[in-house]
Amino acid sequence: MIDLSTLTIASAREGLKSGAFTSRELTQASIDAIKEKDGVIHAFLEVFDDALGQADEADKQIKAGKDLPLLGIPLALKDNILVKNHRATASSKILEGFVSPTDSTAVRKLQQEGGAVILGRTNCDEFAMGSSTENSAFGPSKNPHDLSRVPGGSSGGSAAAVAGNMVLASLGSDTGGSIRQPAAFCGVVGFKPTYGRISRSGLIAMASSLDQIGPFTKTVTDAELVYEVLRGKDPMDSTTIEDDTYGTGKTFSKVIGVPSAFVEGDGLDPQVKKNFEEAVEKFKGLGYEIKPVDLPSLKYSLAVYYILMPAEVSSNLGRFDGVRYGLHSGGDHGIDDYFKTRAAGFGKEVRRRIILGTYVLSSGYYDAYYGSALKVKDLITKELREAFKEVDFILTPTTPTPAFKFGEKSSPLDMYLADIFTVPANIAGVPSLSIPNQTVPVEGSDLPLGVLLTADLGREDNLFVAGKEFLGE
Amino acid sequence: MDKDKVIALAKLARIDVSDTEAESLAHEFEGILGYVAEVKKAVSGDDEKEKPALRNVLREDVSPHESGLYTEAILKQAPQREGEFVAVKKIL
Repeated sequence: MIDLSTLTIASAREGLKSGAFTSRELTQASIDAIKEKDGVIHAFLEVFDDALGQADEADKQIKAGKDLPLLGIPLALKDNILVKNHRATASSKILEGFVSPTDSTAVRKLQQEGGAVILGRTNCDEFAMGSSTENSAFGPSKNPHDLSRVPGGSSGGSAAAVAGNMVLASLGSDTGGSIRQPAAFCGVVGFKPTYGRISRSGLIAMASSLDQIGPFTKTVTDAELVYEVLRGKDPMDSTTIEDDTYGTGKTFSKVIGVPSAFVEGDGLDPQVKKNFEEAVEKFKGLGYEIKPVDLPSLKYSLAVYYILMPAEVSSNLGRFDGVRYGLHSGGDHGIDDYFKTRAAGFGKEVRRRIILGTYVLSSGYYDAYYGSALKVKDLITKELREAFKEVDFILTPTTPTPAFKFGEKSSPLDMYLADIFTVPANIAGVPSLSIPNQTVPVEGSDLPLGVLLTADLGREDNLFVAGKEFLGE
Repeated sequence: MDKDKVIALAKLARIDVSDTEAESLAHEFEGILGYVAEVKKAVSGDDEKEKPALRNVLREDVSPHESGLYTEAILKQAPQREGEFVAVKKIL
């Protein structure tokens, strides 16, 4: 009997290599765990019927002595990452019936270069828009630590699948915090690499200047394993970077910058504050120097985000018109089909962001909103890059509060503020790693919290070093 | 921001919205726009644009794949088709 709660990718690879278990047994253990637990948690939208077949293929290769970094390891994918001949919906009704004719580059790399078994697709907020999975057209996922609370979002299903010990690792996408925020709420590791590090070919686009794919794992070692398979320039995504696009910058010297004024803004939960201070002490104990840093523009990140992101959403989601794929809802004439299809297929938050994006891009308002946001984006990036000449990391909590309850966020703006600490890394394109740091008691539950390490462009290597030291790996 | 403005925007975005939804969106947009208008305060006069390290590079338009290779796979996804075409209602 395989106990998924005690396994990591690294230890499962050892087990597969030594013959302690097969990929089929490991994959079956995931399928059994999903059957047992996912009726309640609802992390998965589908378990692929070819998963065991893929596992058998991996077992043959293992037997033949082949060694690939993820050979025989089952992984789950957020439902916005395409797998050939499988459905993908981005948790939206508008992609009803769509079956992908191609593989995303991420999946191709996981299978061909990693040897992974693609287990199935996980629930998320519709088109990755949300912080709780409450915007999924298929109902929310639940936090395995407290079923009355959200797992975070938008990649909440991927986080809950790992935290609920149904799979050893999963992929998500992070546009404003959609990997790191649910990782913190669910007590797992969540990683967003440098913008352009992982190809987005075959990722259903939300806001293309911000979107990035990344892993959910139990350890930083595992996150690095998955990242190493996924990274790299891709001719199918012209925004992917070369290994040395950003050079190496500052020599690593274990210096962490803490932007106290930014961290202690409105809305920081006292338990999160205390937890964060303990994390700072822990880093000191590990030989890290803590330096105060002043980043006055960082507080504008979320405002910049809620201009740039809807603008790009309004453009990217123009392709869903009921003509070429997905849902079609007939109207009286040609253009009416668009209106009917898009009203029936898009959920409330998606409609809200498309219309808001249309507004900020419209004539007369463009300069005031979109134009200003682009300028402030540059300002934030410059300020962070300047700071990274003096420090190796910026450290903040991942979220201002622990996981909140379903229905607790009454207005859209309230919900948006859950991303206050994660958004700056997307605005500047820098890599950022959320690591779990203990739990806090809230109304009878022990809820996980995360701390967020952010590094300079291209310095994922430093994040792995510090993350592993923090978790004692 | 008012209901009529939202309806006009939704028209541009090709989405049917009901009066009730337009009303509530107008109210929500007031809150969101009030928050994001903060960015105007952060803009200073001397923001010279630097040349970014990241370039959006387009590939040469060469070596296309064999014609028709993906036609069936792609057309299979269309809600309505006629032979090798995607079918839409009469436009003119």
